[in-house]
Amino acid sequence: MDAIQQELLAQVAGLHEVPEGAYNIRANGEMAGRNTTANIDITTKEDCPGIDIRIKPGTKSESVHIPVVLSKSGLQESVYNDFFVGEDCDITIIAGCGIHNSGSAASAHSGIHRFFVEKNAKVRYVEKHYGSGDGSGERIMNPTTEIHLAEGASLEMETVQIKGIDSTERTTTAEVAGGASLVIKEKIMTHGKQYAGTDFTVNMAGADSSVNLISRSVAKERSRQVFRSRIVGDASCHGHSECDAIIMDEASVSAIPELTANHIDANLIHEAAIGKIAGEQLIKLMTLGLTEKEAEEQIVKGFLK
Amino acid sequence: MLELRNISFQADDGGKEIEILRNINLTVENRFVAVTGPNGSGKSTLAKIVAGILAPTEGRIFLDGVDITEKSITERARMGISFAFQQPVRFKGITVKDMLSIAAGRETAVSEVCSMLSEVGLCARDYVNREINASLSGGELKRIEIAMIMARKARVSIFDEPEAGIDLWSFQNLIRVFEKMHQEIQGTILIISHQERILNIADQIVLLADGRIEKVGSREEIMPALLGAGKPCRTLSDKLIQ
Repeated sequence: MDAIQQELLAQVAGLHEVPEGAYNIRANGEMAGRNTTANIDITTKEDCPGIDIRIKPGTKSESVHIPVVLSKSGLQESVYNDFFVGEDCDITIIAGCGIHNSGSAASAHSGIHRFFVEKNAKVRYVEKHYGSGDGSGERIMNPTTEIHLAEGASLEMETVQIKGIDSTERTTTAEVAGGASLVIKEKIMTHGKQYAGTDFTVNMAGADSSVNLISRSVAKERSRQVFRSRIVGDASCHGHSECDAIIMDEASVSAIPELTANHIDANLIHEAAIGKIAGEQLIKLMTLGLTEKEAEEQIVKGFLK
Repeated sequence: MLELRNISFQADDGGKEIEILRNINLTVENRFVAVTGPNGSGKSTLAKIVAGILAPTEGRIFLDGVDITEKSITERARMGISFAFQQPVRFKGITVKDMLSIAAGRETAVSEVCSMLSEVGLCARDYVNREINASLSGGELKRIEIAMIMARKARVSIFDEPEAGIDLWSFQNLIRVFEKMHQEIQGTILIISHQERILNIADQIVLLADGRIEKVGSREEIMPALLGAGKPCRTLSDKLIQ
């Protein structure tokens, strides 16, 4: 891998060297490295680009890294990755995509990830998106995530997009069985003329299931963001979604929540707050010696931390 | 030394100019100075003018002989003026440790943060990584606010009604913190307060009424007049509300 690709890997997956455990690194549309372990198998799909990751039941304290980097301007790809997580696992999956575009043609990556998480398994899934390069070509990422949680399973998903992606449409759907829980934490910052759309649809089908969607975002300059969330409660369940956005300059942010309760014990809540940085927050930090600009940066940094 | 010369402040009230402060002249040299007076007498406005949050309509402000009237909030903070808000500000994602580091002007170690928090009576480890948000009570926020001011090691530390919005138990702790600060602080504390127990710590008391300074003196001079000689049942709050 060249220096640009290595930098992208460091940004999206925190990788400065070959990771321990299972991994599959994809660079410019091709496999750049793979390792499997006794408990985690990775195989290439035969019918479409992508991989299957199979994690044996009972696997604990192991991780899988599957980062993707694109440094070839104009490359556009869709990749299908399926995760099969066995019963009683407790694992961490680090994904992420970095695009470096120094040309004039648009580069795009669409990662379609499906998670099949069996009974009582626990998954932490981290996905970072990052763009760099001084070319005029757009850097586009459209991740699709499909989650199936069996009884008692849990998945915590953290997605971060802080810099360099011109356009993203993130679609996440989930089906949550009885006693299962899903937590999604999203952090996005857009600037320039960037666009970020988020679309969550979660169906809680089983008793005592829960979902918590938390989105924190900052929209600067003339960028646009749209947050959509649909939570459906078909059983006794608890659903919560929260969209908290700081809007700056001439940016635009929309939050469009939808809650549907189909059961008398479905307890569903949505909270949304969009606004500029509070003047009193700026003043407080200025009384501690920061300039207005430094105060603003500190507030944004803390908000997205 | 902080010096206010002919400070006046007018505010717009629906198209009508109202006078909040009128021709305030005050020299603050003592270590612990309390500004008191009835609601609406201009105490908080005065504090905000010193911190640079509000600009006076007329008059000049000097810090150790330097005219700081045109200085911004940031410049004044860097010159050694710090300000604790009456209602502490909350921040999503910014932790107690982050804020104390900002206040100190450098990265602070966990042990140092613990020490700062212990100074204000907080069980330190429990708070270091807490966000300064709605999960903290009013009393906790007040004490963290005071810890920030102490971390700045300011020449003039201004507290705007630190007793506001806290319960009796937290207030007792707050008094202990101020008593300790009175003993140890190197610069000047300027505290806006209605509370007799805080005024009783002060070296100097400034009584404001209707935007003017009514009296300035030591606590021995001012407190009896405030409480009403020979009327032991009367409280300071009763007096000020009148």
